[in-house]
Amino acid sequence: MIQLFANPNYNFIGRRKWAYLLSAITLLIGLASLAVQGLRYDIDFTGGTLVQVRFEQPASVDRIRAALTRVGLGDSVIQEFGDPREFIIRLPLKRGASSNEVGQRIQNVLGADASVGKFEIRRVEFVGPQVGRELQLQAIYAVLAGLAGILFYIAARFDLKGGVAAVAAVFHDVVVCLGALSLTHREFSLPVLAALLTIIGFSVNDTIVAYDRLRENRGKLTQRGRFFALQMNDAVNQTLSRTVLTSLTVFFSTAILLVFGGKVLQDFAFVLFIGVITGTYSTIYVAGALVVDWTLSVEGRVRRSPGSRGSTGSTVASPPRKKASVKP
Amino acid sequence: MPRNLWLRVGLVVAVILLSLWYLYPPRKTINLGLDLQGGIHLVLGVEIEKALATQTDRLGADFKDALERKGIGVTRVAREGDTAFAVQLASPQSWNDAQTVTGEFPSLERRSEDQAAGRLVLALRPSEVARLRDEFVRQAVETIRNRVDQFGVAEPTITRQGDNRILIQLPGLQDPERAKALIGRTALLEFKLVDDRTPVEAAVAGQMPEGSELLYQRRVDKSTKTEQKIPMVIQKRSLLTGAELTRAEVSADPNATGNWQVAIEFSPEGARRFGEVTEQNVGKQLAIILDGNVYSAPRINERIPGGRAVITGQFTVEEARDLAIVLRAGALPAPVQILEERTVGPSLGADSIRQGMIAILASAVLVFVFMLIYYRLSGLIADVALGLNLLILLAAMAAFGATLTLPGIAGIALTIGMAVDTNILIFERIREELRVGKTVRGAIEAGFSRAFRTIIDTHVTVLVTAAILYNFGTGPVKGFAVSLFVGLTASLFTAVFFTRLLFDLIYMGRRRAEAVSI
Repeated sequence: MIQLFANPNYNFIGRRKWAYLLSAITLLIGLASLAVQGLRYDIDFTGGTLVQVRFEQPASVDRIRAALTRVGLGDSVIQEFGDPREFIIRLPLKRGASSNEVGQRIQNVLGADASVGKFEIRRVEFVGPQVGRELQLQAIYAVLAGLAGILFYIAARFDLKGGVAAVAAVFHDVVVCLGALSLTHREFSLPVLAALLTIIGFSVNDTIVAYDRLRENRGKLTQRGRFFALQMNDAVNQTLSRTVLTSLTVFFSTAILLVFGGKVLQDFAFVLFIGVITGTYSTIYVAGALVVDWTLSVEGRVRRSPGSRGSTGSTVASPPRKKASVKP
Repeated sequence: MPRNLWLRVGLVVAVILLSLWYLYPPRKTINLGLDLQGGIHLVLGVEIEKALATQTDRLGADFKDALERKGIGVTRVAREGDTAFAVQLASPQSWNDAQTVTGEFPSLERRSEDQAAGRLVLALRPSEVARLRDEFVRQAVETIRNRVDQFGVAEPTITRQGDNRILIQLPGLQDPERAKALIGRTALLEFKLVDDRTPVEAAVAGQMPEGSELLYQRRVDKSTKTEQKIPMVIQKRSLLTGAELTRAEVSADPNATGNWQVAIEFSPEGARRFGEVTEQNVGKQLAIILDGNVYSAPRINERIPGGRAVITGQFTVEEARDLAIVLRAGALPAPVQILEERTVGPSLGADSIRQGMIAILASAVLVFVFMLIYYRLSGLIADVALGLNLLILLAAMAAFGATLTLPGIAGIALTIGMAVDTNILIFERIREELRVGKTVRGAIEAGFSRAFRTIIDTHVTVLVTAAILYNFGTGPVKGFAVSLFVGLTASLFTAVFFTRLLFDLIYMGRRRAEAVSI
């Protein structure tokens, strides 16, 4: 029998201060990159025109730009797309110019320019200003609705602290993914949004597995009277092999998408790739650790306040039938 | 074997047979999205306001006619906003007579009036505006459907979206530019008189009499390929429109070789009006105007009976054919604007399918091998369950008529990863129970039942996100949500129910199962 971890007992939660530091640094880098470089939005959100062209002979960005400049489209963003013969040309929205005209103009100018050789227009996308704005709003709504749905579900199944901590973990993952997008100059497009929402689901998945185990353990007589932090650590350790195995399979699936999925899916796969890593990490060190510290601080307050009847330490657990006596 | 085991086997066999039935033959049953098979996706916005304004103009002109028929002088009728017009009577004395005329127009209501000045403002009733708005969009959908049908596209989708939008999907199209031109054209054909009393030079300089406007005729010199725009002064009043057309056919232009023309024929009513118009205006020039461009302006030599006319304009045979199509299908009630367009060439779609399939296969093989090595016989069981999951996923998509898109393929690859998670959860739990010394049967029992609660929780949360994705997303994102949703639902059946059944068949049948291969 192959086993990754036989009875693992790592001190995850005990080292959470270091993890907080790591999270803080990662989040700062991500946020700094978002603030300085910003996020490049795809035409899905900004509106504009995208034309994908495949030439018979390898072409160069400079030559295409030279051709486009002659018809006043020199401000286009031109990118090689996975292959020196394939290019993507992006144009910002121009007032009064419909997709029809811009696409046609690109086709005409490239057709008239003998230096670029024969070519084929493989894809044309046009998003008008109205639709772009709507998609932007929809993207924000989708992420918020996703977070709200998760918060409610966890709050109902476990408790509010768990829900908030899980959402904090998810939020952490979203920021890390967006930061990675910004750092690598990738574009935020509709498929990337889909990937982000998937990561939200995936990250919560992991968190729930750990919470579930914690709840189960707290109901067991044997676990009574142990520190909450230790209980959380046990839960994380007990679910560790599952977490790592699952993360690895999803990780490999996305790695394959990243390598074989083609250029169109690349940014999508990239976000999943980053998200799987941060999602696994955040389960332990954001969702788990935050609940622990929150509970400890609440109990500290309860103990200090006069006349309190002791512990309120039920977190991420159905109120324990036999009250766990938790010390800070 | 206990009866309930037989029932479960029966259920699984039924699901497999049903899936196979839905999937046969595979090429026909799975709808490929436009990003995979190539085609054009358009969202058009109907400019309802413009159509309302036109409608209001028409009513204003009718109202003026009605007043004049009663001998009431009108100095001016001018539109105010999109749905109202102001009428200035020549003398306030005719106020009461004008009131009786208002009664003939039930779709109008009085917005304001000034009896002393002889001025009143009439507006379309709100109920009428709502009716017209709805009707314009419905008509536009109908007209576009007619055009697309005549153009000959297999399996087009043309549906109304929201208040004033039309979604058009044309799969496997070779010439998207031509299709766009055909669909987006208003194709309003009008016959108007040339204003021969106003010299063109004066009109260009800005001296335009009320009731006339400057329109252009485009002429292309075929040898130099330069375009010329010839200005013409045209009376605003439309004498006849394309609405009265019954036929439009392409024929060769006898006067210019290589050019094509469109011969049109009016309905009996249209033919009568055409006869009248030509009779009353012998000697004048009648301009044939399409979407605000003058195509020709022949001089009327005599009354034209029979209701036939010809539109010439340096057309190629394709242009003439498309024009005939739009004329037959009728004009759009309002201009349309392209809000969103996504065109994918067939070669890109084929590439995407190839890459997507490689990704799915590679990820499936990897997961299969991993599970087999790590969990041995149990891994094999999970692999069989995974295969069944893919089968059900594809069959469900075929059964619901869902569309497989490129992100949808990504969703399938991801489903593979997540479905296997369910089995890992169960297997790890069984191993754990074995470690604390449970018997094989007991460990399997406990492993499944303990993991089940967690599995439900994890599935629900991802299903929630998939549902949200479906509701908020557009085309490609929706495709991803669909395959994720279906795949996860199927995984509840395959990774829990089906795997458990195989475990039971293997281990529960024996009196004493000594070891479990996990």
